[in-house]
Amino acid sequence: MKASVGGYARATDLQHAIKLLDSADGMARVLAGGQSLVAAMNMRLTAGDLLVDISRLSELRGVTDEGDTIRIGALTRHVEVGDNALIKEHAPLLADAVKFIAHATIRNRGTIGGALAHADPAAEFPACVLALGATLQIMGPDGGRTIAVEDFFLGLFETDLEPEEVLMAITIPKAEAGERQVLQEVTRRSGDYALAGLCLVKRQAGHRLTMLSVGEQPELATGAMAMLDAGNIDGAVAALRAEIDPSSDTNASASYRRHIAGVLLRRAVDQMTGDVR
Amino acid sequence: MSEMFRDKVEIDLTVNGEAVQARVPAGQHAVDFLRQELGLTGAHASCEHGVCGACTIRVDGETVRGCLTLAAQLDGADIWTVEGLSDTDAIRDLQDAFVARNALQCGFCTPGMLVAVEELLAKGGVPDRAVIREHLSGNYCRCTGYEAIVDAVESVAQKRTGKVTS
Ligand SMILES: Cc1cc2nc3c(=O)[nH]c(=O)nc-3n(C[C@H](O)[C@H](O)[C@H](O)COP(=O)(O)OP(=O)(O)OC[C@H]3O[C@@H](n4cnc5c(N)ncnc54)[C@H](O)[C@@H]3O)c2cc1C
Ligand code: FES
Ligand code: FES
Repeated sequence: MKASVGGYARATDLQHAIKLLDSADGMARVLAGGQSLVAAMNMRLTAGDLLVDISRLSELRGVTDEGDTIRIGALTRHVEVGDNALIKEHAPLLADAVKFIAHATIRNRGTIGGALAHADPAAEFPACVLALGATLQIMGPDGGRTIAVEDFFLGLFETDLEPEEVLMAITIPKAEAGERQVLQEVTRRSGDYALAGLCLVKRQAGHRLTMLSVGEQPELATGAMAMLDAGNIDGAVAALRAEIDPSSDTNASASYRRHIAGVLLRRAVDQMTGDVR
Repeated sequence: MSEMFRDKVEIDLTVNGEAVQARVPAGQHAVDFLRQELGLTGAHASCEHGVCGACTIRVDGETVRGCLTLAAQLDGADIWTVEGLSDTDAIRDLQDAFVARNALQCGFCTPGMLVAVEELLAKGGVPDRAVIREHLSGNYCRCTGYEAIVDAVESVAQKRTGKVTS
């Protein structure tokens, strides 16, 4: 179908974008890569939005080294995340995730900020940044604020962002020496959303484990994490299957997703310890 | 409030090497602008939610979904469609290989395929068949079963790099 749009404005800088959002009484919507939003408008899941096109804001694009962390601008495109040297070295999970996301043409346009703001529980980046313990930088009419990723995702397609706020950047702690980051997922065809997926990070402080496509929002699987810290893989698999709450749909049943979760965890652990998968 | 938002947007762009100026409805898709306003009907509008790839066009050197891009976003952009790539002979060898290998039947997917393939081939070298398939995973063909398309792409990559000809 065709999109129904209330109006369009091209933001010239971040303050202009905030002003536009603030002027629209909650009717405005940020347009970044458009790879989820325009599709949603075409399907008439949303109509009459006043679009604030932020895609030209170069200050929101690119990756910088900030010492102990790297900062990824919200408008950094999937293809750039996959190719970026700083990300490959310090947050390889994100670079690895890119090849699982959609198709080349969509990765040319889709942005990491858009993927996080969209908060699709089947998307890779939300689960990855939660596993990595990222911090998000947000700008609104009253200035900037910072929020831990643990507090950002609030539900199905729901985040802590207010309608007049813009996600500016994502800050990720650099991987420490010896840290391992692994993404495993099952899809029917290349580029499809995962039937289930799993991100596992192993640091000195312990494991961090998140899943995609098994609930309403990405969450830390704390039970399985504690078992992994104790070196109990079987216990971790059982804990993970117990603590997730997948739903059944046309693609997979809940019990299949629960089964796959355990399989993915074993594969991730094998991949970390170097065993052949 | 909403006088800052426009329901018609002025755009100034280049399409297949020619300067174009237009005033487009805020919600118009890039592919509909090309088809309906400029008469460039090569890129097709099909699923209109990013799944099939029939609407693939080149914007500023990269392939883009014409159904997930608004015409309003194209201000200042350099657009190439299958018509322009055909007129400049940029993809002549690829088109010949598609014909020679029976890589199209109804042809509906072909303009999007060609634009997507050209992006891959422009990187140089001879990509593995698996890489070709992966690159085309977002371009659906309901007729050929893909094997002939992969053959055609592989043969052009080989010819362009001066390796094995067939
Ligand atoms: C066929 C298809 C297959 C796909 N497959 C996958 C897949 O396998 N895995 C996957 O993860 N994704 C997939 N995607 C989604 C894709 O990754 C999107 O690019 C991404 O989810 C959204 O990024 P965007 O920049 O295009 O955001 P947009 O579509 O522009 O915006 C999405 C939402 O986020 C808001 N928003 C965007 N940027 C900001 C910001 N900086 N601040 C505040 N709000 C913002 C918008 O208002 C909107 O509500 C697929 C998409 C398609 C069309
Ligand atoms: S019409 Fe754009 S991807 Fe199908
Ligand atoms: S040739 Fe008919 S869809 Fe590809």
